[in-house]
Amino acid sequence: MTPLPLNQQLLNACAALLLLLSFAMLSQRRIVSLVNLFAVQGAVIAATTLLVAWRTGETHLYFSAALTLALKVAFLPWLLHRLIRRLEVRWDTEPLLDISGTMLAGIVIVVFAFGLAEPITHLASTSMRNAIGIAVAVVLLAFLMMITRRKAMSQVIGFLSMENGLFFGAMSATYGMPMIVELGVALDVLVAVLVLGVFFFQIREQFDSLDLHHLERLGERR
Amino acid sequence: MIGLSFLLGIPAAGAIALAFCGARRGAPEINAAFSFGTFVAACAVTLRVIGHGPQLLWSGQFFIDAFNVFLVALTAFVGLTTSLFSRPYMRVEVAHGRLTPGRLRLYHSMYQLFMLTMLSALTTNNMGLLWVAMEGATLSTVLLVTLYRTPQSLEAGWKYFILCGVGIAQALFGTILLYFAAEKVLGAQGVAALEWTRLNAVKSQLEPTVLALAFVFLLVGYGTKVGLAPLHSWLPDAHAEGPTPISAVLSGLLLNVALYAVVRCKVLVEGSLHSALPSRMLMGFGLLSVVLAALLLFRQRDIKRLFAYSSIEHMGLATFAFGLSGPVATFAALLHMTVHSLTKSSIFFTVGHAAQKAGSQLMDDIRGLITISPTIGWGLMLGALAILGLPPFGVFASEFLILTTAMRQQPWSIPILLLALGIAFAAIFGRVQSMVFGETQARRLPHAPALLPVFAHLAIVLVLGLYIPPYLAEWYRAAAHLIGGP
Repeated sequence: MTPLPLNQQLLNACAALLLLLSFAMLSQRRIVSLVNLFAVQGAVIAATTLLVAWRTGETHLYFSAALTLALKVAFLPWLLHRLIRRLEVRWDTEPLLDISGTMLAGIVIVVFAFGLAEPITHLASTSMRNAIGIAVAVVLLAFLMMITRRKAMSQVIGFLSMENGLFFGAMSATYGMPMIVELGVALDVLVAVLVLGVFFFQIREQFDSLDLHHLERLGERR
Repeated sequence: MIGLSFLLGIPAAGAIALAFCGARRGAPEINAAFSFGTFVAACAVTLRVIGHGPQLLWSGQFFIDAFNVFLVALTAFVGLTTSLFSRPYMRVEVAHGRLTPGRLRLYHSMYQLFMLTMLSALTTNNMGLLWVAMEGATLSTVLLVTLYRTPQSLEAGWKYFILCGVGIAQALFGTILLYFAAEKVLGAQGVAALEWTRLNAVKSQLEPTVLALAFVFLLVGYGTKVGLAPLHSWLPDAHAEGPTPISAVLSGLLLNVALYAVVRCKVLVEGSLHSALPSRMLMGFGLLSVVLAALLLFRQRDIKRLFAYSSIEHMGLATFAFGLSGPVATFAALLHMTVHSLTKSSIFFTVGHAAQKAGSQLMDDIRGLITISPTIGWGLMLGALAILGLPPFGVFASEFLILTTAMRQQPWSIPILLLALGIAFAAIFGRVQSMVFGETQARRLPHAPALLPVFAHLAIVLVLGLYIPPYLAEWYRAAAHLIGGP
């Protein structure tokens, strides 16, 4: 068996790193560290995009990498850190499922994700097709994080991480979506975070806390 | 084409203009004027499509055919009547101190933005941009659901954001898979590989396994926004806690636009799969929504939640009809979307007035509407009878068509559907009757409220039940042919 080219090895390493980061986010309870992990996740994705762009020579991927770097590594983490300082949320409360339980569930999810990605992996012709399974796993792990966390802020980071996973999936299956669609998606993500910022202040003004258990009364009124 | 630039340009300009002057004295009129402009543009586009057939515009990025043009016309029309209804309604809300001028400005600006996102979702030819516009529609309404800043509205807004956000993320994955399959056939053409018209031309060559997987994600994603059970739980909350004009456009328009997205995807997937899988899934989700919503109707105490569950039921019925496939069922589904949208928004208009007069949305607090104001009382009664599918209203015609087609194609579903419709009838009729004719101590209102939009909608629904104009029938038939096959 011939050793893989360096470029390929780097891409595989990035994919593995991404999966590792997803697990780190799943177990991290300090919200500040969660934002940092999210920024690192964005950086890894930007690096992957750059590697693929260099290898395939697709110019739109350079733009896409720059966009990821600007939005997901610089702007959004900055905004989230600012929000955290202003709102003084530091720690998430005890998650609904304890850490070891979440981790075990995460492992099951990864196996499931690779099963789900199997038919796509077979058909893909890109050099990163093995990473499709990882992309699906990142999406599902982010989903798990959204389910098990109580703080609004961690749910939002889960949501953003899910979008990261989808972006990585598009990258590994088809070398990214068309530029105009990517721009649209980036715009939506940006607006979503801004809307959420406003929303957090409204929740906070009303309940004096960002804990979501305050938001469970509507169910009882039914 | 100029019509389309106006159709999208007017609400965009309206959103910007009202962001500056949305709290002025005349802002509700400005809002209505922009909506009127949009409606005129929609009429122009419609006439052009009737005269010249389907059109590809702006280097293929936008596409108008028989299917989406009727939804464009419907959206613009209900957008106009809702802005007319919201004019006096929001004034009263401000007078009652429930809204500050700043929030009124947000409301007016976002209203126009919401219209823009829905119209672009309908007219775009690009499946990726369709996704972007659908997500935009959610984002522009989140802050409207929380407009009153009550704890309940914040909860409803959060639930709406997170559930629809997760849902729409699934749809993005579905879109990525669609692009993946398209690239195999069309080659690396970039943006062209997501154009619906191109995909439709090569749909039989698209890889079936990938498309089946894509459809699951697209259906779950857009289905969340249609309010299909079991993904419906955001819908009653968002409808009940937002301002009533927003409930009317969410129920009457947004659900239609989301269902439109599902149906566009279904056409592609069915062409690739050559099997009944997409239809079966639509029928399953549709039937589940009808049954679940009908059962939950009995437990409602809030009037807006009651009609929100009724929306889930009717969207389920339309989804089921699209699942039946074939031109007749599709024709019925399109008709059902139209009449439901008109009837449900008119009901929300009267409900808004009734709740405003009673000072509460709880049905136990609303009594004797007929003595307080005959216009509101009869408006609610007629609206309820229309939505419950009583002849001669249009909902009867569409439900009758759906049931007779189902009888021929899927006889097993008939008892379930009839039972659910019966339960819904009992639940809604009993409630409405006591609200309209119940005893009350309240005095009669000195002047009748202006409910022109309500009676305009109900009149159209009545006409559609008695007689469908030939050009409209032709139009539906063309759309049904497009979706359901020959």
